Amino acid sequence: MKVSYKWLKDYINLDVSADELAEKIERSSVEVDSVVKPSAGLKKIVVGQILSLEDHPDSDHLHICQVDVGEDEPLQIVCGAPNVAVNKKVIVALPGSRIADNVKIKKSKMRGVPSFGMLCALDEIGFPKDVVPKEWSEGIYFLPENAEIGSDVYDYIGMNDELIDLDVTPNRGDMLSMYGTLRDLSAIYNKPVNLDYKKLNDFSNDKSADQISNRVDLEDVSSYKNRVINNVEVKASPLWLQIRLWNAGIKPINNIVDITNYMMIKFGQPMHAYDLDKVSGKQFIVRNAKVGEKITTLDEDEVNLDENDLVVADSKAPIAMGGVIGGLNTSITNDTKNIVLECAVFDSIKVRKMARKHVIHTEASQRFERGVDINNLTNVLEEASWMINDLAIGDVCEDIVTAVDKPKENINVRISLDRINHVLGTKLTVDQVKDIFERLAFKVDVKNNDFDVEVPTRRGDIHIDSDLIEEVARIYGYDNLPSTLPEGKTTIGMLSPKQQLIRNSRNKLQALGLTHAISYSLTTPEKANMFLMQDTYETDLSFPMSTDHFTLRMNLVTGLLDDIAYNQARNVKDVALYEQGRVFYKDNEDQVRPNEIEHISAAISGALVNKKWNNNPKNVDFYDIKGILENYLSSLQLNGNIEYIATNKYPEMHPGRTADIMVHGHYIGFIGQVHPKIAKKFNIKETYVFDLNLQTIIDLPKQEQQYDLVSKYPSISRDIAMLVNTEITNKQIMDVILKRGGAYLTNVSLFDVYNGKNVPEGKKSMAYSLTYQNKKDTLTDDEVNKAFDKVERNLVKEFDVEIR
Amino acid sequence: MSLQDELQSVLKEGLEKINHSTDLKEITNDIKVNLLGKKGEITKVLRGIKDLPNEEKPLVGQYANKVRDEIQTALANKQEILENEALNAKLSAEKIDVTLPGSTTRVGHPHVIQSIIDQICDMFMGMGYEVLSGPEVEEDKYNFEMMNLPKDHPARDMQDTFYITKEILMRTQTSPMQARTLEKHDFSKGPLKMISPGVVYRRDTDDPTHSHQFHQVEGIVIDENITMGDLKGTLEFLTHQLFGDKFDVRLRPSYFPFTEPSVEADITCFKCNGKGCDVCKNTGWIEVLGAGMVHPNVLEMAGVDSQKYGGFAFGLGPDRFAMLKYGVDDIRDFYLNDVRFLSQFN
Repeated sequence: MKVSYKWLKDYINLDVSADELAEKIERSSVEVDSVVKPSAGLKKIVVGQILSLEDHPDSDHLHICQVDVGEDEPLQIVCGAPNVAVNKKVIVALPGSRIADNVKIKKSKMRGVPSFGMLCALDEIGFPKDVVPKEWSEGIYFLPENAEIGSDVYDYIGMNDELIDLDVTPNRGDMLSMYGTLRDLSAIYNKPVNLDYKKLNDFSNDKSADQISNRVDLEDVSSYKNRVINNVEVKASPLWLQIRLWNAGIKPINNIVDITNYMMIKFGQPMHAYDLDKVSGKQFIVRNAKVGEKITTLDEDEVNLDENDLVVADSKAPIAMGGVIGGLNTSITNDTKNIVLECAVFDSIKVRKMARKHVIHTEASQRFERGVDINNLTNVLEEASWMINDLAIGDVCEDIVTAVDKPKENINVRISLDRINHVLGTKLTVDQVKDIFERLAFKVDVKNNDFDVEVPTRRGDIHIDSDLIEEVARIYGYDNLPSTLPEGKTTIGMLSPKQQLIRNSRNKLQALGLTHAISYSLTTPEKANMFLMQDTYETDLSFPMSTDHFTLRMNLVTGLLDDIAYNQARNVKDVALYEQGRVFYKDNEDQVRPNEIEHISAAISGALVNKKWNNNPKNVDFYDIKGILENYLSSLQLNGNIEYIATNKYPEMHPGRTADIMVHGHYIGFIGQVHPKIAKKFNIKETYVFDLNLQTIIDLPKQEQQYDLVSKYPSISRDIAMLVNTEITNKQIMDVILKRGGAYLTNVSLFDVYNGKNVPEGKKSMAYSLTYQNKKDTLTDDEVNKAFDKVERNLVKEFDVEIR
Repeated sequence: MSLQDELQSVLKEGLEKINHSTDLKEITNDIKVNLLGKKGEITKVLRGIKDLPNEEKPLVGQYANKVRDEIQTALANKQEILENEALNAKLSAEKIDVTLPGSTTRVGHPHVIQSIIDQICDMFMGMGYEVLSGPEVEEDKYNFEMMNLPKDHPARDMQDTFYITKEILMRTQTSPMQARTLEKHDFSKGPLKMISPGVVYRRDTDDPTHSHQFHQVEGIVIDENITMGDLKGTLEFLTHQLFGDKFDVRLRPSYFPFTEPSVEADITCFKCNGKGCDVCKNTGWIEVLGAGMVHPNVLEMAGVDSQKYGGFAFGLGPDRFAMLKYGVDDIRDFYLNDVRFLSQFN
């Protein structure tokens, strides 16, 4: 709602600037989107009078005008507007002026004829096109005849006003009106306002009830009133009224429609006017629409209605979408003679649903959605009638035809001073609080320290004591509240073991060179179903926005592959990412809510380090991702052996370069190379990944950190190199070495694997270094030789290796 | 020539040789051995001592020792000089270009949104809040109804929702954790002080300022004597910690169905310091979070006596914080995982 600062000052004596006022409104009642002075940025735009007019010799539409702008000589201005006419007072942008969008107007030549400035249409000096009256939409604007030649135009058309655009929250419907805003300002500034309603004294002899009938078939309408006004003279509204409307963002149409809109911005109550002579059966029936019914709205859109829509219908068809928009057929035209005013309260939910469904959000629907004051209907209807009588000479019928009216009682809320101070942390006195309620024009009765507050129906947002506390707080001022921290029983704030493990995991993977990625949880069904670690059913949205975000992910890998694709498409070849987040499994198809399982996943592609002057990085392989994983897992201190078991069960993984990861026999995830076919599909280079069920890891038993004695006795190392059959795995050899190594074997490390030159077909050469140490004594060569021989013998026995 | 004269000439010649030598090896081997060795000059001379009269022997002996000492000292000095020269020459040959870039070590980076969430969690844990996370696939009951947003409530329109079924949805806010923790909390054991970070979803089309997935951090404190002043102090602490304490905080009335009174907190625009610019839409203020005193309906629906207990709740968006703090102008940048973007944050 755009509130006119000038209009406000007609009612309340404010000695602050519009900007200061806006700041105060923000701190005390609702958000302010902007404060705009329509003339801001405009320069040298004055009233001119067209003295003479001649056709441009080289154009069929341009005219050469001599324009009096109050200087010694008239200005010659070439103008292409179709409505340009002699004697009219017009808006002149002088040479050197600035018009809308900061455009500078200079002396120029138009098809050879010098032109000193420009005659302006309203939109050319900054009026939004949708508020410019139809009459002026295709040509230049004519100022009132009494406009003083040579003076600035701004005051004549309301451009020196300042417009405060309120962003009204859903609870403060009352602020969608001048009167509502004034009531709040009166409370905020503690200044009186006189908010009265005009009422006509002389009515016609005709009766509304003789001319129309109305009926409400629905519970959703708590009040519905009509009044007939005969013999109106439809014409343009006076300029002051047009200015108030266009400054509020509403396009002036004609005096009748303008008055209904004016009532809406002044009092917050939407109204509608029908052309009585076009209403079939002279009936106004408020009912649900029937399937197949249509209405052409005032905006000339045809809307297909359904049985959930609330309409006002005549005896034949809907003539308005209740509370949203009127119909074109019964609208007020220049030929209209007799009108019917409508003032009603339509159900907020019903209106909201209609407006949303048909995407027709109007000034009226906005107000009905937030709720209007049912007890104000008659006041508004009376002032509208008075004004129509005044501006359109209509004969107003005294009677109002009421189909339904269920007025509301004011609400009484009791609150104690202690409660207010307890919640706000303040030390307010009875008098301070009483004063605040009275400034808000709430009736208040004080007994001891209790307040009995009678809240008027215009404040539909106030029901309970907390609502009153908000009123006290905002009028007292949030700035004046104390700034403290909660006191009370001490509580302990620390991460749970699970949260700590997740945070440690992130830190560890970052330390290992992976960057934290956050991808979307909603993905395509196809991607959701890849890289699955268990049997699961997908969870789909019922009304997705796009096919890209349709299904909840069941793996973290595809998100990372998308990320790699994004990077590699932008020539970032080396990517190492991890993600920690949830996947969503369903154990059976009927399960509605999926199980949300924490996972952690990594993907690397390209090289781990960038190419520089002193290195020659190689592209990543299985052992790079495995090294990262081993380091990470070892930081978790899992209790039990970690095993890597070759598998070809994942269709999206390389069948020869993938392993399941088992901890003490528990499956925690997989690691390996993304299948080249899948890599191609994602448009990524060779990529290695792992995906782990972090919840399983969290649940697995952990070791207590134990201290291992660092022996002061020297250790002895022995190397063993052997030729083994290709299919024998490192794990098989390690198992034998560890099993047969004896009590002093403290470490085994593989330091060479070779199957090139000098190694027979079907064999590979493997070399291990075995370290022996006695923690309590110095080892002798003899002891080591004995243990080492045993390992050698067993390797020969088990795998027929050839010791080299 | 007397033995003494011989020694003197050995000394003189020796010192001369040492002086002239420029070769470390010559000093440590040849010259040293020639002068001091078993077959060296001094030994040779000293062999003549046995032929001297007894009374002269000590004098010549003493002199011989003196000569030996002098030569040894001279040798040692010269050796040190030559060694230093050699070392200096080596060091000077080893000179490198220190402006060449260092060898690469791979480092990973935290996600900027995660960093902000961690920072917020740490801050509140320091004040005794526990950190809890709730389900992302939530019941309508917790996401809306128990947050005082019954079906058809207009405020539901502010949060376009991804539904899975009529009653199950992708949570639109972290606020359902208020209801979930309120339901479970045993107030006889002390106050409820909780923050809950997490992912939330809205049925929005992704554009520079909207994302169908983003993050929120919810906070709630419920006890017998919690005031709106406590909320104000807490929000001031939070914004000062995150953005710096040179910025002013302003509270202004707002509307959330689950709090009453409801406020939004703004801080001084850090781009223009409050003068007004395009970032703050010329207001001088930037909205950073929403908060309020927990609505009695929310407490009662969760089975908490709203006459005895009360408190505040707040919700903030780490995505928005990150955008404001670092001047990121497109929220989608947080979810594209462009390495060039991610690696700027540490």
